[in-house]
Amino acid sequence: MTVLIVAEHDNATLKPATLHAVGAATKIGGDIAILVAGSGCKPAAEQAAKIAGVARVLVADHAGFAHPLAENLAPLIVKLAGGFSHVLAPATTSGKNVMPRVAALLDVGQISEIVAVESPDTFVRPIYAGNALATVQSKDKIKAITVRTTAFAAAAAEGGTAKIETVADGADAGLSKFVRQELSKSERPELTSARVVVSGGRGMGSGENFKLLEALADRLGAAVGASRAAVDAGFVPNDYQVGQTGKIVAPDLYIAIGISGAIQHLAGMKDSKTIVAINKDEEAPIFQVADYGLVGDLFKVVPELTAALPKKG
Amino acid sequence: MKVLVAVKRVVDFNVKIRVKADKTGVETANVKMSMNPFDEIGIEEAVRLKEKGTASEIIAVSMGPQGAQETIRTALAMGADRGIHVLTDAELQPLAVAKLLKAIIDKEKPRLVILGKQAIDDDCNQTGQMLAALLGWPQGTFASKVTPTADTAEVTREVDGGLETVELKLPAVITTDLRLNEPRYASLPNIMKAKKKPIEQIAPDALGVDPAPRLVTLKVEEPPKRKSGVKVKDVVDLVDKLKNEAKVI
Repeated sequence: MTVLIVAEHDNATLKPATLHAVGAATKIGGDIAILVAGSGCKPAAEQAAKIAGVARVLVADHAGFAHPLAENLAPLIVKLAGGFSHVLAPATTSGKNVMPRVAALLDVGQISEIVAVESPDTFVRPIYAGNALATVQSKDKIKAITVRTTAFAAAAAEGGTAKIETVADGADAGLSKFVRQELSKSERPELTSARVVVSGGRGMGSGENFKLLEALADRLGAAVGASRAAVDAGFVPNDYQVGQTGKIVAPDLYIAIGISGAIQHLAGMKDSKTIVAINKDEEAPIFQVADYGLVGDLFKVVPELTAALPKKG
Repeated sequence: MKVLVAVKRVVDFNVKIRVKADKTGVETANVKMSMNPFDEIGIEEAVRLKEKGTASEIIAVSMGPQGAQETIRTALAMGADRGIHVLTDAELQPLAVAKLLKAIIDKEKPRLVILGKQAIDDDCNQTGQMLAALLGWPQGTFASKVTPTADTAEVTREVDGGLETVELKLPAVITTDLRLNEPRYASLPNIMKAKKKPIEQIAPDALGVDPAPRLVTLKVEEPPKRKSGVKVKDVVDLVDKLKNEAKVI
């Protein structure tokens, strides 16, 4: 078996999601190669070469890869895929964008968001917002897979000595152009890899009130998330959304505040180690998955909780 | 321009699904079915483009058993002009759906194809990207804003870090995200009108596509249940539990 992993990176740094994809690849077995396609992506490639268990790093450095446009990336991955039994990408928005395009060009099915590897051709994946787990077997020669990063332990970022090779210089397919991006800036940890997540829902009432959560998050060194209701209401940007069709998180501690707990939200956080729910409605479904439930007015409880925690640093 | 929208019939998002006792799948008999919510957003976007004079005709396509007709009727009631139903009782996986859609698109020649970013039953998030690949078209996935001009479409996409805007050459495939629009409810007169709109029925083999599944589902099980927790009486109690019991702070 030979596994090719499509790295998630921003040219300068490799994203932690890549380490989790390597974790999944180790469960499949065989030689592991990582593709770093970017523009000026040498730093990311060097980091990839240090990951424990990685044999080769393939680098495609080209202006057409400056932003991960699926139209440009997919032909490159397809060209390389012939030499591999598995092609993996973390189930991030860029992995989810490019991998099905690769699968279709290879004329193979895709196994989306695997959470377990049963054997090199059999995988477990959640369906119906995680309310069922399907074990599926792929009959295709090349397995195209996206990996739910929270389901696999990260490979060690240091300790490897992979060979760095340059591959095809790449091309611009001429179908799409990057125009601009508006990225949320935050000093807090990244939502999908944070050890603690504090999330707010419709009960927060306004974007302004999220400051209460931010103060709590800062005490805990936590990331801030939200339910779909809070995002739809415009309290916070889209990239805060935790749920079936947003981000999947599984931190050590998840604190749900003013979130009722629709199944679509639970799908995004129910694998968290410890769940705390704070809600004034004691019938709220969130209490069914919470390890610790506190019925009360969040506007009173959250500042109290923040004050009860030691200051960081 | 002609716009084609793919719509899927799925178990309604409010239904608490049950896994079948023999582990072959999820119970879908006698369960409320609806249009996949992301596909409703797709139809709504097409209808708004038509209201602005950008879209000339909207074709709603669905695939599956006879019941898929209902989903097409819903699309027609929301404002689509006509429907195409690929009638089959066989299991269709995303690659097969993409191939069937491609065959229809080769004939209909729309400039814009809109799909939901994922169906809430299989949670695959594949069909739009696969279709774009087979057509050799660009793809604007997870769209929260779509602005088509004569030759291009500017698409703002919901990505992990925030928002990204790309410019796509037309024809193109778009997949919808939640913030693209808020779908309308069909009015009663429009529901009545929709009954007279045409729906063409086609068999998969008439489209020259082999829809055989590539993945075999070996079993479907319920996920492990979380043990129900406890209610704490106040913040002091909560902090104590987090420190000394869960040991997470």
